[in-house]
Amino acid sequence: MSATHTPIGSGLQEPPKEPKNYLNAEHTISSWLLTGDHKRIAVMYLISISIFFFFGGIAASLIRYELVSPTGVTLESDTYNKIFTAHGVLMIFFFLVPAIPATLGNFCLPLMIGARDLAFPRLNLLSWYLYIVGGTVALIALIAGGVDTGWTFYPPYSSMYSNTQVTMTIAAAFIAGFSSITTAINFIVTTHKMRAPGMTWFRLPLFVWSLYATSVVIILGTPVIAITLLMLVFERSFGLPIFNPEMGGDPVLFQHLFWFYSHPAVYIMILPSFGVISELIANFTRKRVFGYHFVAFSSLAIAGLGFIVWGHHMFVSSQSMYQSIVFSLISFLVAVPSAIKVFNWTTTIYKGHVRLQTPMIYAISFLGLFTVGGLTGLYLASIGTDVHLTNTYFVVAHFHYVMVGGAITAFLGGLHYWWPKITGKMYPETIAKVNALVVFLGFNLTFFPQFIMGWMGMPRRYHYYYFAPEYQPYHIMSSAGASFLALGLLVPAIYFFKSLTSGPQASANPWGAHGLEWETASPPPTTNFVATPIVLDEVYDFDPASEYEQEKGTAETYHPGQDLLQDKDGNTKQDGTE
Amino acid sequence: MAAMTHHGDGHGHHNDAVHHQYEDIEQQNESYIVGMWTFLVTEVMFFGALFFTYSLYRFAYQLDFWQAHRHLNIPMGAVNTVILLLSSFTMVLAVYGAQTHNRKMVLVNIGLTIACAFGFLVIKYFEYMGKINDNLVPGIGFTSDPSVLHGANLNHAQLFYGLYFGMTGLHGVHVVVGILILGALAMFWYKRNRLVTNDFIPTELVGLYWHFVDLVWIFLFPLFYLMPAPMHGLSH
Amino acid sequence: MNFSNYPFSPPQASNFAEEHDLIFYALTILTVLFTAIVMFFVVYFSLKYRAGRKVDRSRPMYENLKLELTWTVVPLILGLIMFYFGAKLFIDMRNPPKDATEIFVIGKQWMWHVQHRNGVRENNTLHVPLGKPVKLTMISQDVLHAFYIPAFRVQMHVVPGRYTSMWFIPTKVGEYHLFCGMYCGTQHSEMGGKVVVMDPRSFAEWSANGGESTMNMTMEQAGAQTFSKLACNNCHGAENTQRAPTLAGIYGKPRSLASGGSRLADDEYLRESILRPHNVLTAGYEDTMPEYDKQIAEKDVLNLIAFIKNGGVVSSGAPATQSSSSIANDVGRGNAAPAVGAIREEAPKEQ
Repeated sequence: MSATHTPIGSGLQEPPKEPKNYLNAEHTISSWLLTGDHKRIAVMYLISISIFFFFGGIAASLIRYELVSPTGVTLESDTYNKIFTAHGVLMIFFFLVPAIPATLGNFCLPLMIGARDLAFPRLNLLSWYLYIVGGTVALIALIAGGVDTGWTFYPPYSSMYSNTQVTMTIAAAFIAGFSSITTAINFIVTTHKMRAPGMTWFRLPLFVWSLYATSVVIILGTPVIAITLLMLVFERSFGLPIFNPEMGGDPVLFQHLFWFYSHPAVYIMILPSFGVISELIANFTRKRVFGYHFVAFSSLAIAGLGFIVWGHHMFVSSQSMYQSIVFSLISFLVAVPSAIKVFNWTTTIYKGHVRLQTPMIYAISFLGLFTVGGLTGLYLASIGTDVHLTNTYFVVAHFHYVMVGGAITAFLGGLHYWWPKITGKMYPETIAKVNALVVFLGFNLTFFPQFIMGWMGMPRRYHYYYFAPEYQPYHIMSSAGASFLALGLLVPAIYFFKSLTSGPQASANPWGAHGLEWETASPPPTTNFVATPIVLDEVYDFDPASEYEQEKGTAETYHPGQDLLQDKDGNTKQDGTE
Repeated sequence: MAAMTHHGDGHGHHNDAVHHQYEDIEQQNESYIVGMWTFLVTEVMFFGALFFTYSLYRFAYQLDFWQAHRHLNIPMGAVNTVILLLSSFTMVLAVYGAQTHNRKMVLVNIGLTIACAFGFLVIKYFEYMGKINDNLVPGIGFTSDPSVLHGANLNHAQLFYGLYFGMTGLHGVHVVVGILILGALAMFWYKRNRLVTNDFIPTELVGLYWHFVDLVWIFLFPLFYLMPAPMHGLSH
Repeated sequence: MNFSNYPFSPPQASNFAEEHDLIFYALTILTVLFTAIVMFFVVYFSLKYRAGRKVDRSRPMYENLKLELTWTVVPLILGLIMFYFGAKLFIDMRNPPKDATEIFVIGKQWMWHVQHRNGVRENNTLHVPLGKPVKLTMISQDVLHAFYIPAFRVQMHVVPGRYTSMWFIPTKVGEYHLFCGMYCGTQHSEMGGKVVVMDPRSFAEWSANGGESTMNMTMEQAGAQTFSKLACNNCHGAENTQRAPTLAGIYGKPRSLASGGSRLADDEYLRESILRPHNVLTAGYEDTMPEYDKQIAEKDVLNLIAFIKNGGVVSSGAPATQSSSSIANDVGRGNAAPAVGAIREEAPKEQ
């Protein structure tokens, strides 16, 4: 009844050369652009967010390059300001927010719960189009001169002083907001209503729990930022006074409304990573996640508490002292569920059957980086120390540890893990492992010096620091690290791309993982499953007794290491140690 | 691990009002309902931020808001309230018609609902024109005529009218969208499209949206039109 | 305990610095400790329980309420302890002592304008005496800024349309960085300068010699001049209270408002009364005072407030100075006309 739906089961009668899957079911461009298939939309999202990540990364490289010298290297201050704003806007609205939910989440959610698709496939497609329209508007705004307000758009600078493309950039963020709202509605309905028979709430993989919690946050937060940005645009374009202090408006009100969304937005970015890490740790230690219920409910606790801590961005903004104290207290409380997760993941590894393959290495580096990122958040939750550290590089380092060290590390780990499922191909294991280490080291070299710099008082968003040359060594270290990090982020793009043609074929379950998505072919057929699965076993139900057999290589598991190039970490060595 | 059960190709044994991703009509209906309520939550948050902003400024500038509000046209607002309440009633009747498969009842009542919606917009148009003629649009030549401002501070009156146009305007946009959705629904019913005639849920979902639009106005009307005078000493 | 010898820490130069640093280092110990514990176990378990190794994996754990409660409650308690110390320091930071010397700061794109009570003015520098509490009252003339002195561990946003304040006691003679912490446009990074802590005697000398520039009169005197120039005396005279209340000694007293309720006559209230009198009309008076919003500069408002604080009565002995010197010393905002900051030529509009 609708052109957007791929016909199902077509071509099953005559056995084709290669089995039909969602990728090769149809080849026309319109079969992609008008698809309702969550897997194809996820792939389209993956390509799109990679492009925006690339642009955001270029902006980051320019920033790091410029800061090597206290007097700047090539840029004008105006240009520098536009570049760090572009970095923030692109990375947050067009990469981090959709990164895991719209790609890995979109791909895995229906597969993991045994559904044929999301509840509203056309809404899902609409979400992608909104994202593309928003992203295009953002890029046009960049080309048309850029914007220099910082991604936070604080008035009255953004509403009355900046002469840049504020309105267009806000329009872009506004549209992207609706893209995440539609995805979130889809996820919530799908989780509630599309679970396969036997897939009870407590049999849901933790990735599904985290996507659900994320969706709740998006539903409650994003409309608020949408209307707030709309008010800002009306003030800027039509002189409608809302935040203008000259008219009796309150610029601090904007900050409240902004952070009411943007603090929970931090959880929109990190909660899905928690889910990914739970999957990785369970499947690469072949053990059920320790304290499954605690991990699941801590996601919901974070989603809930996350909405009442926004004021910790405003301790020095002139909000009342009592307000600040309450926000500080709740901010300390919200740290607890995150701590619970970290401890549970650690304990999961205990007495597991750990396989140190690339996704697991990313998971381990996530644990380290996120722990540092989370704990340095306490310095900023503690009001007394925040007064000194806020607006400095300490904050920059803290949120990059959470956003890059947390979210992007988890995204890379998840991408490696599900890559065989998405494409049906294996990536080269050795180079991927080495690269994971490059990312880890490059990241730390980039951002650890920023903690020290911030602690010494280097304010963020500074183009020049010739009046305080003592910061230069740290800037140089940071920029050097950034080149390693950039390398570590480019290499996967190359080997992933190459694996599409030359990578070895992946079996249905190359990791010997547990979960419905591994029960179907790689890549899955358009309908996801040949038949509706009925779930009879518990979540992450690895059978300890069978592990030994699997490790001996008797299962049809694909072993990375059987690549064209001989891999040291492959089978041979594992067998040898036994 | 998971046992597999056969379900055919997903279309054969279903009726054509069920999309391929659902097992049956119940699952589809329940999904629609959860989806609609989730959407309404986003709408509540959307308007919520505006109501929050309004409350804050009204609290800060009680006197000015009260003085500025005296230029609003209460009869027009009241008539619009009645019209929208009436339209909610006809919407309920339309849903009832859908439940009892009474096509004529559905069509007549959706028609009445759309008529009410248009009536609301026409009155709103005259109300807006009156304000525009009195130069009450913030930002562009806002009036300083004391007979229009009733003594309100120029800046705060602009704040008031900014919120007035912003919030009633956003609500108006929702009414327009409502008319489009209602029109599409009526068209489907008219053409006996099985998407809507097969089950009353699609009609009920449109009804939910319409009641929400109505409900927003129920809050807007007293907040803007029916302000009590601030507590003390307003002789002037 | 003196951490300031470490090469990678900022100098400690205020009463807050040491307490702040203790909390900072306590948090650092916690961070290092917890990261080390987590990473030790993660790496140790990952290696010990590597697939294929023959180790004891009997009775694996999947749930353990005691363990869960332990690592819920222990971080919670540690967090609450840290919260307590952080909040305690913050409360101190927000409650200036009564005897603090007040200095006024106006932020504008992209410079800091500082005004001392005795009329001494400086741009992009702040001179303060060692060991004396100093309270800064700050306001922005355009966008958001933040007055940030890393060596003092103090920072506060400077907001258009409202006063914010912070206080500190400088504890070490020297020159320290002054930064704008809140992004404010093109030259945000250059909106800074230095804070100079002088021993009290040198400070008194510096101050008496007029610092770098002075307007030849104290803020109270300048306020009195503005008061006369705007003819405020016509209605707000000490004796004549028919059209408007007298301002004599009203500072810090509660005022009952025409719109009901009452407000303390503090800086914020006086600023509102001058700029938008309509909003805070005193009970029993008609709404006849013109608005001075956008008619007079922030520094004139500060002067007027200083004048009202000082008693609010014009004495005959107020020194008459030509306002041109005040214009000459004033700093224009960016490339705006130099007259910004001076009293505008046109008379306040009639209502």
